Amino acid sequence: MKALSQKRRHPLAAIALLLMGLLVTGGLYAVATTVNQAKADTTTYSASDVEEGGKLFAANCATCHGMGASGSQSGPSLVGVGAAAVDFQVGTGRMPMQMNGPQAYKKPAQFNEEQTKQLAAYVASLGPGPAIPEAGVLDEKGDAAKGGELFRTNCAMCHNAAAAGGALTRGKFAPALADVSGQHIYEAMVTGPQNMPVFSDANISPEGKRDIITYLKQIETNGSPGGADLGALGPVSEGLFVWIAGLGVIIAFTIWLTSRTS
Amino acid sequence: MSSSLTPDAPVFVAKTSGGRITDFVDQRVGGSGILREFGRKVFPDHWSFMFGEVALYSFVILLLSGTFLTFFFDPSMAETHYAGSYTPLKNVEMSVAYSSSLNISFDIRGGLFMRQVHHWAALLFVASVAVHMLRVFFTGAFRKPREMNWVVGGVLLILAMAAGFTGYSLPDDLLSGNGLRIIDGVIKSIPVIGTYISFFLFGGEFPGTMIISRLYTLHILLVPALILLMIVMHLFMVVVHKHTQYPGPGRNDGNVVGYPLGPVYAAKAGGFFFIVFGVVAIMAAFFTINPIWNYGPYDPSPVSAGTQPDWYIGFVDGALRLMPGTIGDWKVEQIWFGHVFTFNVLLPALVPAGILFTVMFAYPWIERWITKDDREHHVLDRPRNAPTRTAIGMAGFVWYCVMWAAAGSDLIATHFHVALNDVTYWLRALFFIGPVIAFIVTKRVALALQRKDREIALHGRETGRIVRLPHGEFIEVHAPLDEYKRYRLVGFESPEPLPAVPNEHGVVDRKEKRRAALSRWFFEDRVAPATPAELEAAHGHHAAPEPIETIEAAESRKTLSH
Repeated sequence: MKALSQKRRHPLAAIALLLMGLLVTGGLYAVATTVNQAKADTTTYSASDVEEGGKLFAANCATCHGMGASGSQSGPSLVGVGAAAVDFQVGTGRMPMQMNGPQAYKKPAQFNEEQTKQLAAYVASLGPGPAIPEAGVLDEKGDAAKGGELFRTNCAMCHNAAAAGGALTRGKFAPALADVSGQHIYEAMVTGPQNMPVFSDANISPEGKRDIITYLKQIETNGSPGGADLGALGPVSEGLFVWIAGLGVIIAFTIWLTSRTS
Repeated sequence: MSSSLTPDAPVFVAKTSGGRITDFVDQRVGGSGILREFGRKVFPDHWSFMFGEVALYSFVILLLSGTFLTFFFDPSMAETHYAGSYTPLKNVEMSVAYSSSLNISFDIRGGLFMRQVHHWAALLFVASVAVHMLRVFFTGAFRKPREMNWVVGGVLLILAMAAGFTGYSLPDDLLSGNGLRIIDGVIKSIPVIGTYISFFLFGGEFPGTMIISRLYTLHILLVPALILLMIVMHLFMVVVHKHTQYPGPGRNDGNVVGYPLGPVYAAKAGGFFFIVFGVVAIMAAFFTINPIWNYGPYDPSPVSAGTQPDWYIGFVDGALRLMPGTIGDWKVEQIWFGHVFTFNVLLPALVPAGILFTVMFAYPWIERWITKDDREHHVLDRPRNAPTRTAIGMAGFVWYCVMWAAAGSDLIATHFHVALNDVTYWLRALFFIGPVIAFIVTKRVALALQRKDREIALHGRETGRIVRLPHGEFIEVHAPLDEYKRYRLVGFESPEPLPAVPNEHGVVDRKEKRRAALSRWFFEDRVAPATPAELEAAHGHHAAPEPIETIEAAESRKTLSH
């Protein structure tokens, strides 16, 4: 300690201190940023996956996303979006996009699982990004009640409390979440496709995401305890139903009751 | 009675014990007299006369199912942790009110069914009140002597909405809490006193811990009591005024043509109650309404997409959605004297509803003033025979519907794949031009229908049979109507514009000029009913309508011109 305090007026002390400070902040920053990202996980992909994926990309995606996925005027760069983004966009059929519009629609997937994996391998090789989630967070065995709370706080304002979907501005929308696989839900949360914000691991922990998926799957399998759910759209569909079906049937009965005269 | 005092007069003794009990009661309360009077009340038969009954029966269903719900509902906002059987909410922190609503839904036998019966019946109640009012308006049943009953009906509509809204808020789920938050916002937008009213109502800052129990008191005590009182007044006046009837042969302002209450109508009405109950029960058994378990407990931070009020409050919500925050560069929200005036909330929340209800309540007097019509009317107008009134009604109806549709603008956008912004722009435009278009179109349609009626009355019904005459001319055979059907087409009033009349000083004052102008606007475009002379001329020499067989036998006669 004494030796250190004696050398504090050394001409190089300031430089040493500066170096130390830079090292600490840089190290902290590196730790902080990697917390939010699944590692660019290329270990599960073979070199041939990446190569085949590159060919598929050049043939099907490069028109908009550019050669080397560096982006063009028609589509964003895909460097660093990670395998999860590819698996979500291609796996749900949103990419390749059918036409330009406010939002890409879900449609039958255009590539098979093998090809989707190769595309994901290629894009993942371009830069670190969120990886395809492990099976552990997709087992649907989390805490549904906690997941429900997280869902209502973070997701319901766009996706509706019953996950029936909702409108956004200018033709964009949050889709209904029934029949979406747990893997795609997880990938959507970590990559923020289309107009969805990213819910990083610092925002909702992987455990929380597991709870949300558990909740969504549980309300999906529970079905509607009160009978037909009328689209789970709330009072609008209920009002429509009472006016058209309820009053309609009653009017039919009134006509029947008074048909003998008048 | 006096005869029974003399000892030798024969005393009536009923033969059966039932008869003796009836006689005992009758001698003390005079029930047979009441029954005789009421049993002879005649009600005309028409399907459109039954919506008031639907409303009444829905209300009875509401009382019955609501009583069941009060046995299990606890309107406390104390915090608890859910311990019922719905796992996705297990151990979630919530209010006792929400927890007990969930228990009614999942842990009390028949509870969910009763909740759904109650909610469906509530929607049906307000809907049938609304349709009943539309029927009364479009047939002119609000005219003398029924103006006051029209007002009572309007009060009933407002009370029905109040009952519905207070009930909607009780479960304390996310949806109802969002609704209350909007109400709180509207109250706070009232200049100067708004904040105080809100603090008074919620017992402090929103949401507080009082509001559910306060709304509960209103919902199960005050509002239903007022509704019952109004229903009694409403039905009393119906008995006093007697029922209206549609125009027809043998019907006039001095009689009522129909069936007596006992036994025909009592049986029909009694049976109809069970039909309405059955329809509500089927809806409750097979269709979810207000799935509160989906919404979760109320918490002021989350707001779910697709948050709407029940249909009858929808038009206010829609008006709020349509209101822009800025018009051009001008901010609708103003800061005056250091205070914020949120006109962008205040105007849409209160002005359209205020206009609708004011015009609705005042309309009988407005029309009475314009027409100077002080006669009693017990025979209804067919809507087409009062084109301007029908057009005014449709304009108001369309205006309401535009706001109503706006409450579902997000669902219109997602389900028809259009942009939410475009839906809003279109509805904003329709808010202003929709009623105008509706007025013009309705008036023209009504006049066209009147002309068609006149044409049919004069020349008969087209048979679709083309006949070639000996000299080569083709004519279509028109079959004349029988006189019962014809009466319906010609038996109506078509008032002419009433010019301005000088008052007792011999002066035509400004108010009278305004009235005359309105009268001209009301009755300028008119189709007069075919007069007997016109009918005579049109039917040629056979004044009495001939049976169709005769016409067929004589179809080669030139007199069958169309």
